[in-house]
Amino acid sequence: MRALVVDDSASMRAILKRTLAERGFEVAAAPSGLDALRMMAQQNPDLVLIDWNMPGMNGFDLLREIRRQPSYAQVKLVMVTTETNKAEMTHALAAGADEYIMKPFTPDVVYDKLRVAGLPVPYAESIACA
Amino acid sequence: MTLAPVDFDYLRRLVKTHSAIVIDPAKAYLVENRLGPLVRQHGCVSLPDFLRLLQSQPLGPLHHEAVAAMANKETWFFRDSAPFTALSQYVLPELLKNRPRERGLSIWSAACSTGQEPYSIAMLLRESCPAAAPQASILATDFCPAALERASRAIYGQMDVNRGLPAALLTRYFIQRGLSWQLKPEIAAMVNFRRLNLAVAWPAAPPMDIIFLRNVLIYFDSETRRQVLTRIHRALRPDGFLFLGSAETPRDLDRAFEPLEAGTYLCYQPSKQAPR
Repeated sequence: MRALVVDDSASMRAILKRTLAERGFEVAAAPSGLDALRMMAQQNPDLVLIDWNMPGMNGFDLLREIRRQPSYAQVKLVMVTTETNKAEMTHALAAGADEYIMKPFTPDVVYDKLRVAGLPVPYAESIACA
Repeated sequence: MTLAPVDFDYLRRLVKTHSAIVIDPAKAYLVENRLGPLVRQHGCVSLPDFLRLLQSQPLGPLHHEAVAAMANKETWFFRDSAPFTALSQYVLPELLKNRPRERGLSIWSAACSTGQEPYSIAMLLRESCPAAAPQASILATDFCPAALERASRAIYGQMDVNRGLPAALLTRYFIQRGLSWQLKPEIAAMVNFRRLNLAVAWPAAPPMDIIFLRNVLIYFDSETRRQVLTRIHRALRPDGFLFLGSAETPRDLDRAFEPLEAGTYLCYQPSKQAPR
């Protein structure tokens, strides 16, 4: 499974990259919405984790832009954000987000939300036994 | 701090007697973490000091608080996801197939902790069987009064709702109040909470269609597991379903239950051959 992490914070990109890599994802990262759009074509990800508040194209605009393109219809889009208001959450789901993760989070929160979104994220025990 | 064997044995006996939970000596390190808040709250200078306080008093609320504090209360919405997929895709359709609409489902979450499991079941019922939901009765029990009190309030923090709960259900069934999220009354009212210690004889209850007994048996010894499973077997309808935790099986009463594959999840039904 390939994932693209989009966040303007370098430390958050590193945290999410490590979190996903621990469950076997091949992870790329983009520091902005425009960079993410350019990388989508090259990376062909199964999952994009999107921060909401970024300079330039924000995460919500990126979400709408990706959802506008039929070739990305199967890509799971998950917002990962400090925006914790129900109104924003509802807005993002209506615009095509598959899930919504509120910051701060733990790795288990991310894994459970990705499972909710329908991605086959292995449990730690199954990785340890493999 | 390492507990003296005599103190550890006292606590182990107290917890076993009043909750049936067996504290593995290898998990002795958990004692200080779990009792730490009570030690400070009651003005004791150390864990041994607190255990001396317990031993100096007749059995009372403080002992029950200590027993409850030793239990693992970890839970989250739609924990492990597979049992809930099995419930909505296999078990509920099977149970509702030939059932008259007025005969409601009886569901029991037998160790509900702070309520996320029974409320997950309630939301799932509303989503996947909206016609059956109003007639359904969900009983949720736990031996810890503080956990039940929190469950009854149906108010959760951001960390609670961030884990396992689909965002669509969070927006549909919760009201945001600052940093807290309150379950809407229409879902909260579907669940009845009662205090129950699984390790002692239970009061009579109507037979259940579905029993969730997840991540409980692992804390009991073999004899207690057998007793609890025997009573669970009696409490379950002949066509009912038992949901256990992913590391649990009814091996102490293995002829009484038959495994049933429901997608990727294994649930159990009373064996047709076993006496009831």
